Formats: sequence, structure tokens, C-alpha cells
Amino acid sequence: MSILRFDHVSYQYPGEAFNTVDDLSFQVEPGSFHCIIGVSGCGKSTIFRMINGLLQPKSGVIEVNSAPIGEQTHYCGYMPQKDLLFPWRTVGENLALPLEIQRKCSKAEQSERIDAALEEVGLQGCRNKRPDELSGGMRQRAAFARTMLTGSDLLLLDEPFSALDYFTRISMCEWLLGQWQKHKKTILFITHDVEEAIFLSSSVLVVERTPIRALREIKVPLEYPRTRQDLTRPQIVELRERLVELLRKQVSV
Amino acid sequence: MKKACKHDLPALVFLFALLMLWQLGAMRMDAAYILPTPLQILQKLWELREPLFTVHLPATMLVTLVGLAISLALGLGLAVLMDARPFFQKAIYPVVVASQTIPTTAIAPLFVLWFGYEIWSKVLVTVLITFFPITITVYDGLQSAKLEMAELLLTYGASKRDIFLKIKVPCTLPYFFSAIKMAIPMSIIGAAIGEWLGAQSGLGYFSRRMMTQLDGAGVFAPIVLLSAVAMLAVALVATLEKKLVRWRGEF
Repeated sequence: MSILRFDHVSYQYPGEAFNTVDDLSFQVEPGSFHCIIGVSGCGKSTIFRMINGLLQPKSGVIEVNSAPIGEQTHYCGYMPQKDLLFPWRTVGENLALPLEIQRKCSKAEQSERIDAALEEVGLQGCRNKRPDELSGGMRQRAAFARTMLTGSDLLLLDEPFSALDYFTRISMCEWLLGQWQKHKKTILFITHDVEEAIFLSSSVLVVERTPIRALREIKVPLEYPRTRQDLTRPQIVELRERLVELLRKQVSV
Repeated sequence: MKKACKHDLPALVFLFALLMLWQLGAMRMDAAYILPTPLQILQKLWELREPLFTVHLPATMLVTLVGLAISLALGLGLAVLMDARPFFQKAIYPVVVASQTIPTTAIAPLFVLWFGYEIWSKVLVTVLITFFPITITVYDGLQSAKLEMAELLLTYGASKRDIFLKIKVPCTLPYFFSAIKMAIPMSIIGAAIGEWLGAQSGLGYFSRRMMTQLDGAGVFAPIVLLSAVAMLAVALVATLEKKLVRWRGEF
């Protein structure tokens, strides 16, 4: 059984002459980690925005846990590129947002869950801090904790580390893999960084051209847990070059 | 405190220099009925403290507060309405802007004819002057709410009410305080203009009465008092703003 299924889904932006996503079908297994990779502006985020309900497909059906998304709420957690921590709220209050909106648990329970989530991402003691008191990496971890608090098994992470410096990004990727292995969530991760995609995912879904009619799935021949050294293996270096070539073709088009 | 003094020192020095210039100029001119010295004004303020502080200042403050309260209710209501429905924005915005082209001081005597010498003619002048900056500034604040923040909350299943309370209101708060800081002196000016044109009490009225008696210092004394009250009120609002809005310009 798949956790996410696209069944002949199309999307056309208003005013555009052609579909950005055109008759796209694919599915994602529960507990997997996939990176969607493609050049800027190819429509990767459009796929996410259809899954999280911000855009309505022109045709086709999107199912999460075998039910159309239109019939459900709180079925996915979405983390955009910017951390979007609200500056007028403390870190703890930011984490409370999905819980406040879902109105499923009491204040006391909310507080407990926030403390647990902060500890999980190594931000215990930051609950009453303001977002501007945190570093870039800490802010992203807080935003990730907020996404986890949606309680959804499907997480959509849209280039969450792209604004961070190179070394922080490496650490965050290692940290994210640890979180994924611990919580067994299904993660879809958009990136345009080939190395990041290989390091994180069990298979890379490549957007080769727009309109997006298919995602080319390329398995990453690496076991988890992974280390940075794994990226120097000959077959991984070869895979990286292959992906770069695939993407460069799109840029030259 | 020490830091604040250091920060305000250039302004204080400049103000002192201006007052000195005024003092010397007025002494040289020696025509107190049209240009009294700052010291003469202070002296007059002290002499007239009883009627100024017990009768005329409360009268002006009442007009100011009622006018400001109406402007706030009207301005906030219109801003929320325009933000919520583009139709209202299209319908109301041009009228609100056009209302500012009305020469308030020219038509204010009409208000006295319509509403008499009670506070309402003065309140109307105050409202006409202040509701525009409040409406426009608060509307800009509501519009400044980031779309991506709203989208994030929508993915959590947020309602329009959630988005209004959790994003729009906090985003608007800095703009709201700017609007209040602008509106306070304007509402005091509005009240004084109203009283100048027709009233039985109030600092504007008192100032005009002193003019008929060719008492220059008496004309200036209530004006100085009005300015001091406006500055104090703005300072109080600024202090409150500092406590409540700590994220200005952060996103």
C-alpha cells in the first residue's frame, strides 16, 4: 500500500498556455525518503502545493493513505524553504501553532508535546526564546519540530536547508536522517542539490522536463545509516555525474 | 536613563538654542501682545493654571478622546472591511482618500451650525482629520501580512479567523501604533480648531478669547499646554509600543 498516490494529475497555472504538471502518476511507499530534484522553476514545488491542498489539480486524483486528499485534513506536514517562525511568538508558541489550529488537545497536553518536540530537536531551553535569538540551523530545527507536531506521517520538506551555509547544511542533513530513522515518517524532500539528494534519499525522483509528465526514479545504492564518506564511493560519484548530466540537459533546453 | 539623556542631548541642545533665539528676538521686538517671550508664556501658564487645568484642558481632552475613539472604531472597521473584501476596498478607499481633500477648517463653522456649541461639532472636526491616517495605515498593516505565513497555516487546516488572529493582527500591530502616534497630535489639533471656531470652553476657545484681549502670552499658554499634552501622550504610546511590539522590521 502506498502512502501517497498521484493518479493522472494535471495542473495549469492561470494565464499559462500549458500544464505545468501534465497527467502525472506516481506513488510513494510508507516510511521512505525521496528527494525530488530538478532545476529551478521546473515545477517541483507545484507538486507539493497540490499535495498540501494549496493548489487544486485541474484533473486527476491525489490520494494519501488510500483516500482522496479533498476528504481529509491534517494528512501531511509541510515545511517551506523559509523557516517562517513568527517573530511575535516565542519558539514554544511557534511550535504550538499546528496544535492550536487542530484544536485536538488541551493546553497542558500541548505544552507537554512542545517540550518533548523541543527536546527531540535539541532545543530544550529555547522554549521562551524569540526566533531572532536562534541561529539559522536552530531555526530550521524549530521549524522541523513544528512540522512534526502536525502529527502527520507524510512530511513535505521544500528546500528547507537551502538558505543555510554549506557546513550547517551538511550537519542538518545528517540530523534529518537521524530523525527520519527514529520516527519512521515518510519524507518527500525537494532540492536542487544533487549531493544532498543522494545523501538523503533511498531513491531520487528526477524532474526531467516541464510539463512534468513523469518523475524518473533513480535508486541510491547505499544503506542507512550513511556517512559523508559514502558519497566518495565510485558508484555514488558515478550516480552524481549521471544526475548532474540529466539536470544540465534541462538547463540547456 | 543616562543613555536616554545622552540620546536626546542633541535635540535638547537644539531646542534650547531655539528658545534662546526666541527669547532674545521677542525681547528685542518688545511687543508682547503679538510675540511674547517663552518666559512670559511660562509665567502666564502659571498665572492661569486654575482655569486652564480645571476647565479648558479637560474640555479639550474630552473632545480629543471621544474623537479619537470614534476615529479608531471607524478606521479599524473600514480597514478590516477593505482587507476582507476587495469589493469594499474598491468602493471605500477612493472615498476615504477624497475625504482628505475637504478643507476641514473651512467647513468646520458649518458643523457648529449643525451641531451647536456642544462637543459634537468639535468631535466631527477631530474625526474628519484623524480617521484617514488610521484607516489607511491599519489597512496597509493588514495587507503587509505575508502570504506564505498564511499558506503555512492553511496547510495546518487554519480558518480565516485563525489567519486573521494569528497573522493579520500581529502584523498590523506596529502599523496600528504608528497610526495612533500620528492620530494623537492630529486629534488634539482637530479639537483645538473646532474650539477656535465655536465653543464655550476648551484650550482652543481660551486661546482665541485671549487674542481678542490682545494678550499674546495668553494666546500662547494654552498652545504650549496642548503641545505638552500631545508630546506626553505620544511618549506614553511609544513606551507601550516598545513593550508590545518587539519584532518591528524583523520579517
